[in-house]
Amino acid sequence: MSDPNPQELYSKMLDEAKAEVVSKEGKTRVLVGTATCGVSAGALKIKEDFEREIQEKGLDADVVEVGCIGHCYAEPMAVIAKPGFAPVCYGYLDDGLVHRLVEDFLDGDDPSYEYALAALERNDVFPTFEDFPRGAYEEKLILENCGYINASDIKSYIARDGYSALAKALTGKPEQVLDEVKAANLRGRGGAGFPAGIKWEACLNGGADEKYVICNADEGDPGAFMDRSILESDPHLVLEGMVLCAYAIGAQKGYLYIRAEYPRAVWHVQEAIDQARDRGLLGSSILGSEFDFDLEIFQGSGAFVCGEATALVNSMEGKMGMPESRPPRLASQGFRGKPTILNNVKTFAYVPFIINRGADWFKEIGTDDSPGTAVFSLVGKVTNTGLVEVPMGTTLRQLIYEVGDGLPNKKEFKAVQIGGPSGGCLPESALDVPIDFDSLHDAGAIMGSGGLVVMDEDDCMVAVARYFLEFTQHESCGKCTFCRLGTKHMLDILNDITRGEGDAETLGLLKELAEDVRDGSLCNLGKTAPNPVLTTLEYFYDEYRAHIEEGRCPALVCRDLILYYIEPPKCSKLCNVCVGSCPTEAIFTREDGLKEIDQEKCVKCANCLKACPPEYNAIIKLSPPLLPPEKEKKAK
Amino acid sequence: MSEHVTITIDDRKVKARVGEKLLWTALENDIYIPHLCAIEEEKRPNASCRLCFVEIEGMSHPVTSCTKTVEEGMVVKTRSSRVDRLVKTGFELLLSDHDLKCRECPANRNCALQKIAKGRGLKLRQKRFTLIERDYELDDSPAEFAFNRSRCVLCGQCVWADRRENEIGVIGFARRGINRVVTTFQDLPLAESICKECTVCVDVCPVGALYYKKTAE
Ligand SMILES: Cc1cc2nc3c(=O)[nH]c(=O)nc-3n(C[C@H](O)[C@H](O)[C@H](O)COP(=O)(O)O)c2cc1C
Ligand code: SF4
Ligand code: SF4
Ligand code: FES
Repeated sequence: MSDPNPQELYSKMLDEAKAEVVSKEGKTRVLVGTATCGVSAGALKIKEDFEREIQEKGLDADVVEVGCIGHCYAEPMAVIAKPGFAPVCYGYLDDGLVHRLVEDFLDGDDPSYEYALAALERNDVFPTFEDFPRGAYEEKLILENCGYINASDIKSYIARDGYSALAKALTGKPEQVLDEVKAANLRGRGGAGFPAGIKWEACLNGGADEKYVICNADEGDPGAFMDRSILESDPHLVLEGMVLCAYAIGAQKGYLYIRAEYPRAVWHVQEAIDQARDRGLLGSSILGSEFDFDLEIFQGSGAFVCGEATALVNSMEGKMGMPESRPPRLASQGFRGKPTILNNVKTFAYVPFIINRGADWFKEIGTDDSPGTAVFSLVGKVTNTGLVEVPMGTTLRQLIYEVGDGLPNKKEFKAVQIGGPSGGCLPESALDVPIDFDSLHDAGAIMGSGGLVVMDEDDCMVAVARYFLEFTQHESCGKCTFCRLGTKHMLDILNDITRGEGDAETLGLLKELAEDVRDGSLCNLGKTAPNPVLTTLEYFYDEYRAHIEEGRCPALVCRDLILYYIEPPKCSKLCNVCVGSCPTEAIFTREDGLKEIDQEKCVKCANCLKACPPEYNAIIKLSPPLLPPEKEKKAK
Repeated sequence: MSEHVTITIDDRKVKARVGEKLLWTALENDIYIPHLCAIEEEKRPNASCRLCFVEIEGMSHPVTSCTKTVEEGMVVKTRSSRVDRLVKTGFELLLSDHDLKCRECPANRNCALQKIAKGRGLKLRQKRFTLIERDYELDDSPAEFAFNRSRCVLCGQCVWADRRENEIGVIGFARRGINRVVTTFQDLPLAESICKECTVCVDVCPVGALYYKKTAE
């Protein structure tokens, strides 16, 4: 009896999946984006609306849940794929629009392009996402399938050649996988950018009979959600990458460390593991070969520091999730003391591409030292928020202005914070920095996990630094002196500055302490926590000085340094809106009919400022917090 | 392969056992490096006090000597402006969270903090950082000894001694970040915990946090 060949087994699987997908595509399909971003915007209700309307009309159409397509600003979204038409994507859906689309497009034949965002295939009628200005900069690899395939159906992944890299690898030798990943210079996407191939090789040579492969899906950065999106939208891509890694290093067992706050990701991954096992893509004799490997989910406890490699392993072993000094590295002594590979979700997701298309192809994308693409969650004061994937080397300016379409409300750009809470804040002058591991590091920021927050003139950089430091200080595990006590004192100093307290020495001390915490801490949490402080001190020093020396917050943000003031010439006298909006009844009507704020009672909630009708726009913030007559007095 | 390597510390050639951590080599040769958390018997260094920094030729930054394994030909400097700066800041940070009343303290003149201050010419009464206010309660429930957390530097010596001595650890670290403390299960007073008053923890405490009551009189 000859052994079944992995390629043959796979071809059969592929043909079946393709046939099924083709038969499904013969029918109208509504693909609703139900990753967490879609769900929080109401996608599940939209899905029900479609189902109900379709049923009421007795139409023959399937409603399918897909993942995140990356245009989160327009959630909830759906794609309608009707035979005879290019698939069209619609955003900002509500029940009225669903009704209309079902009536006009599903029942009738009018795609209602006035509500469409873009088509998904080139056609003569309507532009595709690639025709958007951002399309010229985006290059989707690991997000390619996201939002297009049904994450709950392995056939959906297989039909797009999913698991073909595994079949290919299994017909060759494990070393070939390792060589390819090494040659591709794939750098870890969890933040530090360490070359995956070198780590894998160390693990391979680590001896030991047992080895482990772990996927880091802890993703604790506030505002980051790309790992979650990938797991929810295309889980098999990550599983395939992990199996390839296991094959390369000879591991039999792997884990996905997913934070427990990601229930949809946990659920999709579990489903994917079960389906892959059913088809012999996981478990013993994968694709008929002699290679055994199985995967399991480990739900993380949630502390940010548990994403750090050694803390993660400690937490998986049931110990306190705290970092350890290294060496030994995980690759020689990791989970249960055995050689272990820990890589980020995205790092694994690139592997099937590299095996399929080759290291040379991969290195064509991006820069020499940082090949491939970078995935960001673009948030903050930017028009198009969402998940983006661009080649490494794209500049920050291109990312913010072309892909993100600039800042909304004609506001002026002030800074961009890259790399999560321990990233750096870069100013306008750094916008032409190319996005790659080394350039960002040189500029004082880090690639981190790929969070990118755009800030405008209304953001106070002292308050921003304080905000991020408050996060890291709170998340410090407390083990080592610099991080436990240093971040606490840094935060106290920053709090003082936002109140205008401090003297000439305060900023010097803050800088010194920040540098020492960076150089003295045990793990990367402490080492990188000072980044927001150091970069804002470097690029926005004057803003710090204004707080201390003039008691002034230039961006009018720091509460203790501003007051709300009603400008008499602008106040309509006849309107009473602000009076009613104030929760503390601080606003009163003067004898002359003008409104005034009793500063003693004002709690600076900004309700009145928002309430004052735009035609008057009479309420302003002043900093330093001095009323105009007092201001004059002071000037004299 | 020889069992020893030769390294240079502060221009002195010294012999070190293969696999040994640099801190112990230095101390054995009467070369002083500040340290609080290191325990020679523990396989994996704690590396939490961050006071044992040295410069090693060829390395871009100061490194902790308790985590660095000696290597043949290694050239080490225990002092440099960068090392001194880190040690000073680390030390002052610890003192910003320490109830500094030496005259009332049973460890007075026998205290690791005083030793570091003397060894490195540092002041115990630091001025850069505001003192962190704590309201720890004194645990004087055991018959012979007491635990004053406001003097604890979280070095972990007591925790490891307890682990070595007792099958089930009595004391351990609890809580995170700035709230990290050494305590018993459920924060019980020692006498109400499973503590057998073996006092190994008291013997290793480098400061006056765990102390014999008789020394405090
Ligand atoms: C405080 C802290 C949090 C971290 N969180 C994550 C995380 O959520 N996901 C991740 O992949 N890596 C995280 N890392 C980085 C990991 O320690 C490790 O470098 C990474 O998982 C290695 O994978 P890579 O080489 O594929 O990037 C974190 C590091 C630190 C210091
Ligand atoms: S740097 Fe912070 S998080 Fe890392 S070990 Fe030290 S205290 Fe813990
Ligand atoms: S009680 Fe003493 S030995 Fe224990 S951690 Fe505190 S200072 Fe170290
Ligand atoms: S002795 Fe090295 S860090 Fe404490």
